[in-house]
Amino acid sequence: MVFLTSTSRSRVQQALRPTGDALARLAEAVATPLVPSDYLDLVAPLRAGADLRGRVVDVVPETRDAATVLIRPGRSWRRHLPGQYVRLGVDVDGVRHWRAYSLTSPVRRPDGLVSITVKAIPDGKVSSHVVRALRPGTLVQLDQATGDFVLGAHRGPTLFVTAGSGITPVMGMIRNHLDELDDVVLVHSAPGADDVVFGAELRALHAEGRLRLVERHTDTDGVVSPSQLDDLVPDWRDREAWACGPTGLLDAFEEHWAAAGLADQLHTERFRPVVITAAEGGTVTFARTGTVVEADGATTLLDAGEAAGVLMPSGCRMGICFGCVLPLREGAVRDLRSGELTTAVPEDGIRIQTCVSAAAGPCDIDL
Amino acid sequence: MTATAETMTAATALTRTGTPRPTSSRLSVVTTERRHVPKRSVKPDPTAHLSAAQVEALGRELDALRQQVFDSRDERDAAYIRTVIAWQRGLEMGSRAVLLFSLFPPAWVLGTVGLSVAKILENMEIGHNVMHGQWDWMRDPKIHSQAWEWDNASPSELWKHSHNELHHTFTNVLGRDNDLGYGIMRVDEDQRWYPAYLLQPLWNFINMCVFEYGIAAYDLEIGKHMATKTMDDPELREGTKKVLRKIRGQVTKDYVVHPLLSGPSFLHTLGANAVANLVRNVWTHSVIMCGHFPEGVETFAKHSIEGETRGEWYLRQMLGSANIRGSKAMHLMTGNLSHQVEHHLFPDMPSNRYGTIAPQIQEICERYELTYVTGTLQQQVSSAWKQVVKLSLPNGTTPRAAAAGLARGAAAGLRRRVRPA
Repeated sequence: MVFLTSTSRSRVQQALRPTGDALARLAEAVATPLVPSDYLDLVAPLRAGADLRGRVVDVVPETRDAATVLIRPGRSWRRHLPGQYVRLGVDVDGVRHWRAYSLTSPVRRPDGLVSITVKAIPDGKVSSHVVRALRPGTLVQLDQATGDFVLGAHRGPTLFVTAGSGITPVMGMIRNHLDELDDVVLVHSAPGADDVVFGAELRALHAEGRLRLVERHTDTDGVVSPSQLDDLVPDWRDREAWACGPTGLLDAFEEHWAAAGLADQLHTERFRPVVITAAEGGTVTFARTGTVVEADGATTLLDAGEAAGVLMPSGCRMGICFGCVLPLREGAVRDLRSGELTTAVPEDGIRIQTCVSAAAGPCDIDL
Repeated sequence: MTATAETMTAATALTRTGTPRPTSSRLSVVTTERRHVPKRSVKPDPTAHLSAAQVEALGRELDALRQQVFDSRDERDAAYIRTVIAWQRGLEMGSRAVLLFSLFPPAWVLGTVGLSVAKILENMEIGHNVMHGQWDWMRDPKIHSQAWEWDNASPSELWKHSHNELHHTFTNVLGRDNDLGYGIMRVDEDQRWYPAYLLQPLWNFINMCVFEYGIAAYDLEIGKHMATKTMDDPELREGTKKVLRKIRGQVTKDYVVHPLLSGPSFLHTLGANAVANLVRNVWTHSVIMCGHFPEGVETFAKHSIEGETRGEWYLRQMLGSANIRGSKAMHLMTGNLSHQVEHHLFPDMPSNRYGTIAPQIQEICERYELTYVTGTLQQQVSSAWKQVVKLSLPNGTTPRAAAAGLARGAAAGLRRRVRPA
């Protein structure tokens, strides 16, 4: 066995670099007009250097409407911090959708897998698919983990306030850092005992005395309100707090902490995606050209843009040639032929035909 | 359907200069009057028997059929195109690997056949259809009309303009659709005859053999620029640069890199790649000729499409295209352009669905008493070639009369030479 010192290793790397570059150029010449990764992706989609993907290893039911998805991430996966989320791209009925889900796995799982835990929300196309239809072996698209809902350097008395699937980022923290934290109270709300995601695990931790679980069943006890905190967790003011759940709950707790002059001590994570409500027409922003125009529900984005002096790409003006396709960064548009609604949030990478689409609310076009 | 689409006809928008310009009338199916702009040949209007209401009903029926298919697209369609792409790439790389040993005749034959098939699939069922936006709905950033580049001399960007935009919008409109003879041939009696067309069977044969380069030149509109003496047009120069860059990559791959990798089989691999490109050229050219040139396909007068509604546009697409009948394998190898009628009605419909709607389209044609041109590959190819030969001569001229006329003309020319006026 030969051990290379770091200097000699870098010298070897330097010496090999021209060879590596030449090989890369050769691979490109072999694959053109495609790129080598187009071929490699077919056989090794999880290799280092590939677009980040993951393979579903298992889908484990947690409650009747929640499941944990175990994923083997690609080699380019960088370790996450407990409490962070990952954007997951999953194909539903053949169409790619991106959603953010909290990572619930221990950071250093020996098998290298990561997990997300998803609760199927009513009418939630993607969450329902993930919980009920996602099968082991499926390739999913991933982004690197991100988010600042993390413990950081904190190790003192801790309060977690969660509701529903809001437990998921907190579970990531509990599974990774429980023993390092001084004194942990978790106030968790769910409709009933059976609906508590990770119920058995949390109750066991409570029984072992490793945390204090205050379980609240909203079907019988109603929603937890900040005013009840004095009874449930009398020393809440002395604790650093992390809260995750529905917007209403988070708003109420943020107000409460602010009123107590403790806003700095509360960290919140808002889960619900931006809800885009469809309208007739709307304000169209062409971000890069800096043009803003009001368009009605019967005017195509192409016409609206041209009328405002934007140099729009265009072609057949009837929806067949795809010469007018532009990214819809954010907003909602309606297809004038079918009435079909398309909504987009940033990073979805949704592109639309401007010659047959009209604004259905505010639209942000990347041009 | 929403009511909004109907109001589009009346809407106008201002261009940058401030003059009112009507938005596309084809966004509306509402048809209130029948008009016919006769061609020079004064051939009868093949849609004369239809009332405005019928044209509108036809438009709505086709809209509904399109929507029904688009609403039913799902993971099976997505799996279809991904499977075709995976098989095509596997076949291509497998064939090229076999060709590394092309010195051995069996390896040469196997590799050449495999590579030819792979190249055909790549252009037809994958490239052409992806660039039409047929798979954009999957929101896969790689299998997308805006991202795809194909194995062809013509860069996708140029091709999408001349094909998707010009040909598919102005299908078979004389003077608007350059695909009618590609500017080098006369494929319709209503195109004016020039003596140069006498040689068009030869042009067509040559174009067939080098088809991908023909397409690249065609996409650059070199013919138009030569005729109008605008060869110094900056857009043309920019386009030419792109084409040359594309060709350099293609040629380097097929005629330098892969042969070099084959070592002692250098020449054999080079030959195999040339043959595969030739096979693809001949095949795609033949299939594409079958799409619009066979006997029975209609053409339309230049001004007939002013104010055209969507129903009228559909009519023109149906009458201006011809299908090929055959096996599943044949449909796949033509990129489902054997369902040319269906493709021209719905250019952005996933190609695997054309076959399933074909019986419905045929039934619609029968019900509206419209010709649905179809035939076997052999019938359609020979019909298209016959047209090319027949129309190389002025209308109503037999080959014998033409030969006699030529002889007389040549003789007259010779006489003039001998006895200057």
